Amino acid sequence: MSESNDHHEMSYWRKYIFSQDHKVIGLQYAFTAMFFLIFGFSLMLIMRWQLAYPGEAVPLIGWLLGETNAPGGIILPEFYNSLGAMHGTIMIFLGIVPLAVGAFGNYIVPLQIGAPDMAFPKLNMASYWSYFVGGVVMLSSFFVPGGAANSGWTSYPPLADIATTGQTMWLFGMIFLITSSLLGAVNFIVTIIQLRAPGLTWMRLPFFVWAQLVTAFLLLLAFPPLEAAGVLQLMDRLAGTSFFLPSGLVISGELLEVSGGGSPLLWQHLFWFLAHPEVYVLILPAMGIVAEVIATNTRKPLWGYRPMVYSTIFLGFMSFVVWAHHMYMTGMGTVISAFFQTTTMIISIPSVVILSALFISLWGGSIRFTTPMLFALGFLPMFGIGGLTGLPLGLAAADIHLHDTYYVIGHFHYIVAPGTIFAMFAGIYHWFPKVTGRRLNETLGKIHFWGSFVCMNGIFFPMLIQGLAGVSRRLWDGGEQYAHAQGTLWANEVMSISAWALFVFQIPFLINLIRSIRGGEKVGDNPWNATTLEWTAPSPPPHGNFSATPQVYRTAYEYSLPDRDSDFLPQSEPGEGS
Amino acid sequence: MEIPYTITEREDTGLTNPKLGIWLFLASELMLFGALFSSYLVLRLSGSSWPVQAEELSVPLGTLNTAILISSSITMVMSWVALKAQDFKKFRLHLGLTIILALLFLFIKIVFEYMPKFEHHHYMSTNNFFGIYFTMTGLHALHIIAGVVVNGYLWGPGSKMWKSEPEKFTNRIEVSGLYWHFVDLVWIFLFPVLYLL
Repeated sequence: MSESNDHHEMSYWRKYIFSQDHKVIGLQYAFTAMFFLIFGFSLMLIMRWQLAYPGEAVPLIGWLLGETNAPGGIILPEFYNSLGAMHGTIMIFLGIVPLAVGAFGNYIVPLQIGAPDMAFPKLNMASYWSYFVGGVVMLSSFFVPGGAANSGWTSYPPLADIATTGQTMWLFGMIFLITSSLLGAVNFIVTIIQLRAPGLTWMRLPFFVWAQLVTAFLLLLAFPPLEAAGVLQLMDRLAGTSFFLPSGLVISGELLEVSGGGSPLLWQHLFWFLAHPEVYVLILPAMGIVAEVIATNTRKPLWGYRPMVYSTIFLGFMSFVVWAHHMYMTGMGTVISAFFQTTTMIISIPSVVILSALFISLWGGSIRFTTPMLFALGFLPMFGIGGLTGLPLGLAAADIHLHDTYYVIGHFHYIVAPGTIFAMFAGIYHWFPKVTGRRLNETLGKIHFWGSFVCMNGIFFPMLIQGLAGVSRRLWDGGEQYAHAQGTLWANEVMSISAWALFVFQIPFLINLIRSIRGGEKVGDNPWNATTLEWTAPSPPPHGNFSATPQVYRTAYEYSLPDRDSDFLPQSEPGEGS
Repeated sequence: MEIPYTITEREDTGLTNPKLGIWLFLASELMLFGALFSSYLVLRLSGSSWPVQAEELSVPLGTLNTAILISSSITMVMSWVALKAQDFKKFRLHLGLTIILALLFLFIKIVFEYMPKFEHHHYMSTNNFFGIYFTMTGLHALHIIAGVVVNGYLWGPGSKMWKSEPEKFTNRIEVSGLYWHFVDLVWIFLFPVLYLL
């Protein structure tokens, strides 16, 4: 911890592989998470073939899937289930959370609070490697007999208790991922509370830091119950216990020989106690990034910074008491349903406050339509659709019709795909100059944005239509066998073609990213004329970040102050201001 | 590059980084065991039959182990107090006692409790009571083992730090002690819930 490793040359391994520098670890998280995002996305591209053209052989890559999974290139239902379960698991636990928290949080938070590094650099390294091992376990589960986990990303028992070996691998993988977020969460909270630069009081923090702080608390307190649930399910699978197995369970016409007496509902409670706060883990860092990008590109202070901060904290608390709105259909009773309906309606208020504040921040600004700003602007209505479509699901009566249909899939993908992922893109375009000292190409960026924007809606809007028609989310054939689905079968092909086109539109982004690392336009330390502390550090920041500890004199977004020549006043610049 | 507040306290928060870190870690541990206690409750209330716990487990042995763990908590504090008083010999004595008491707890747990259960064919799969009993006490035992490893390191090779950075070493003992008290506290809830109620 105290060894002065900046005075001697570190070996390649210490510098890039087992690094303790928050920036290197942030980049390790970023590249690993992006790999998993592409991988998880590819699983869906294969599934979308089966949904659009059920029973036809997958072209080009069908032979790669293996004879046991897809004989002759035709996807078997069991394999389809594996793809679905692993798409969800990989996108959430190995893709978006590590990118939003591990990558952006690690790289940006210490810079924005004027700290030399994270509070516990060794824990930080351990956190990344635990995540890495968890990822390897998840990937290798595709190769065990019976394939990867196939009981959905929610792993509901009794199905998950009796599923093939892949489920055991899933549980072990999750334990590594939970350990990783636990170590990360402790580190983030301590860093933000303890390592703020002098003068950086709570209400002067950039909104992104607030978002990361609340996110870290959610990870810290919501993940352990899933760990407990994971241990119990592991015992069910390995030690023969019946925690989640009721008495008299019959499988394939045979009575299951276990002691019984367990409760499948128990798993759902423990799982959603994590997984609902997890939704806010996915969205809060995204809101944080969007707030930074909007303030910088409208050249205005954020409208309603304080209400946004209070809303974020309130959201954090409330997210622990809404979990059972995922379980209206389990027969837990109307009283409990009424309670969770009420809390669910209440939790929508702070989200609306934050989103409204971001919208109003645009009012009267001299907006710069840069690529990061386009993505941030795209985020607002997309998250709006995602949020509003959630309200009917939060009401038990409406949920009876919509539960487990494509409407649910459409709803939460609007939040995480054109919502969170757009915010991640905004963040990448926004902070790329800080990481590399170069800017990403704007033309390729705009192609990337408009293509992705159209395709995202092409994928997810038809889902809402299909869901309202009652099409179940878990159908292997896209609903071909069902009378009520016939009217919306046309949407399957639209969604699949949009999904493949979305993949094509990520190619300009990847080219842009790789090319600009060495060949991008060189820019100075503060190319966007932004106010927060990270822009006062050199680009890229050296080990230790700042040559001298910065002193903070003002709030985070002092743009377009009257009576000044420049339209921004950095937080670290002495002089007038609030 | 130095990370500030690793040893000295930050003025406005009154905390060092490791101390805040361990409290946060313990908060997450609380959620872990809290979830298991809740699961116990759900299983016991929803299960059709639940054995009389005091007839299945040995209350005297549980009481003995409770006394052992509480004593180890006291010796843990004394070892920290000894360091505060610059008495390294006394520190080693008390931390050593803490480790011995922890090992004694594990010995009683495994040899006099777990093994006779197996001999009577009481396994995790027997019923949900034994399932949750072995899961919860097993997870608790893992925490004890982790504490023994950390304290063993601080007693042995880790204690060299006393010469180079006495303040940092004292902080480490305090942090390790906080963890140890938490592990004790979990047992103080496990004992009545699993043995007595």
